Amino acid sequence: MTNTTTQQNCHNFSTRDGFGEAIVQAAKQDPNIVVVTADLTESTRVEEFAKTYPERFFQVGVAEQNLAGIGAGLALKGKTVFITSFGVFSPGRNWDQIRISICYSNANVKIVGSHAGIATGQDGATHQALEDIALTRVLPNMTVVSPCDYLEAKKATRALARHKGPAYLRLSRPKTPLLTKDETKFELGKAYILQEGTDVTVAGCGPILAEVLTAAEQLTELSIEIINCPTIKPLDQATLLTSVKKTGKVVVVEDHQVAGGLGSAIAELLAQEFPAKMSFIGMRDTFGESGSYEDLLKKYKMNSEAIQKAILAI
Amino acid sequence: MWMPQAATNPTLKELELIAVNIRRAIIGMITQAQSGHPAGALGTTDIITALYFCELKPEDDFILSNGHICPVLYAALAAKSIIDSRELATFRQINTRLQGHPHNTELPELATSSGPLGQGLSQAIGMVLANKLDNKHGHVFCMISDGELQEGQTWEALMYAGVNQLAGLTVIVDRNHIQISGNTEDVLSPEPLTAKLEAFNWAVIDINGNNMAVTLKALKEAKADNLPTAIIANTIPGKGVEFMEYQFSWHGKAPSKTEAEQALKELDTLEARVRSKS
Repeated sequence: MTNTTTQQNCHNFSTRDGFGEAIVQAAKQDPNIVVVTADLTESTRVEEFAKTYPERFFQVGVAEQNLAGIGAGLALKGKTVFITSFGVFSPGRNWDQIRISICYSNANVKIVGSHAGIATGQDGATHQALEDIALTRVLPNMTVVSPCDYLEAKKATRALARHKGPAYLRLSRPKTPLLTKDETKFELGKAYILQEGTDVTVAGCGPILAEVLTAAEQLTELSIEIINCPTIKPLDQATLLTSVKKTGKVVVVEDHQVAGGLGSAIAELLAQEFPAKMSFIGMRDTFGESGSYEDLLKKYKMNSEAIQKAILAI
Repeated sequence: MWMPQAATNPTLKELELIAVNIRRAIIGMITQAQSGHPAGALGTTDIITALYFCELKPEDDFILSNGHICPVLYAALAAKSIIDSRELATFRQINTRLQGHPHNTELPELATSSGPLGQGLSQAIGMVLANKLDNKHGHVFCMISDGELQEGQTWEALMYAGVNQLAGLTVIVDRNHIQISGNTEDVLSPEPLTAKLEAFNWAVIDINGNNMAVTLKALKEAKADNLPTAIIANTIPGKGVEFMEYQFSWHGKAPSKTEAEQALKELDTLEARVRSKS
């Protein structure tokens, strides 16, 4: 990843678009894939799937607990199940069902939660999932993935379709810059170095990584190593440790509560393996609000300017 | 805890005798563990016996949504020789497959994991949908407690199955009128239950769930129906052990050794009564 400027100008697709396209492709190859949604067919981009594979598509209405349970039942009978809703409702509303019906039974259900983070924008705090990484990564058997762009969302969807076991796929509403290319590798459990550096590590996940790239471009005086961590669980410990052992410090950036998210996962790793100075960009124990993504990033000190300050301060 | 090998096509009397033995095993397991839920387990023993020894075919599934009464399920699996009856003594002990609430990855003979109320019927629906996709003709039975009718998820599931007229699905409501803190009618009544279920487009069969002949007939009828069917099984919590019968205090309490001896004596009397029937 070098030439970020031109790619960042492409705002054509969201991560939910990537999921919506990839799930249709995956279903073509694997007749075992089914999709269940709780009313949000268009919003979670499974309209095309529903049209293409109507017999493998189930609409359960606004009932997220039933959504998770029906998904578990289908999976226990051998199906590869994607259940879709907004992150605030799934895993927000149905966490107990995800814990017992899905994770305790190790059922092959992928929980697809869209509208993650303040990137959700105008809908406001009720619809901005800022706790979903925390909720899912504490569950045994669970894999947690937060793709940074449309292309990575496609690859993550295809990888999860092949993966056996519970997983959470975190998606965002707005169209955001492309930060990866078609040929960029993606494997579950792997982190990727977007830019090599020696002075400081900046790790992040999701579309907010665009802010990190912008911040780094302007800090030419520093050698910044930028790591994309699309898989939050299991964390790519080797890549993170190698980087932090080199730079000695890390700033973690995520569109999520600071408590319990990617930053916490990295802090748990470093505290045990290589204690290092850390700094966190994310929501600080507060709810979001209505506003444009850009205005929200500025107000909650999560934009490129705030990230620059954090990098300089650490 | 020894269990007799069960006959392949048991008569009504043989089924009733199997049920007595399952009740003995329930008392034994909960007494040994000094924890567990006897009332619901004893109350549903006749239904579980009817299912496991008659109605459940290899292509069928049974989900115990009210997982806390699992001693009856473990005892039935042992009576069927699906698990070794000696394993029953490990119930709720460290490293056991017989967890306090069912866990299917440890014991694959279980359809699901359960315990937190309200989750079973949704999973049953998922299984029915999978059967339909795969053109399989298995029937899915799901037992829920009457207390579980207080969970919102149960009604999400009832609504979905009713609207979609899912055939191949039977829910058995253990209507024993008790829950952990009192009688269901005092805590939060599910009534009028038949009217509610019918309004949700379910076929309803109301039975005495402690009568083996009636239970068998209802299970057959439900299986043949092409509507989702609810069997409201009126049962006596603690059935077979008089001092436990109808008492909500026995929802989740283990008998002492003396109480267990008394319970087993009563079950001997019950066995004699079954044997003396013509």
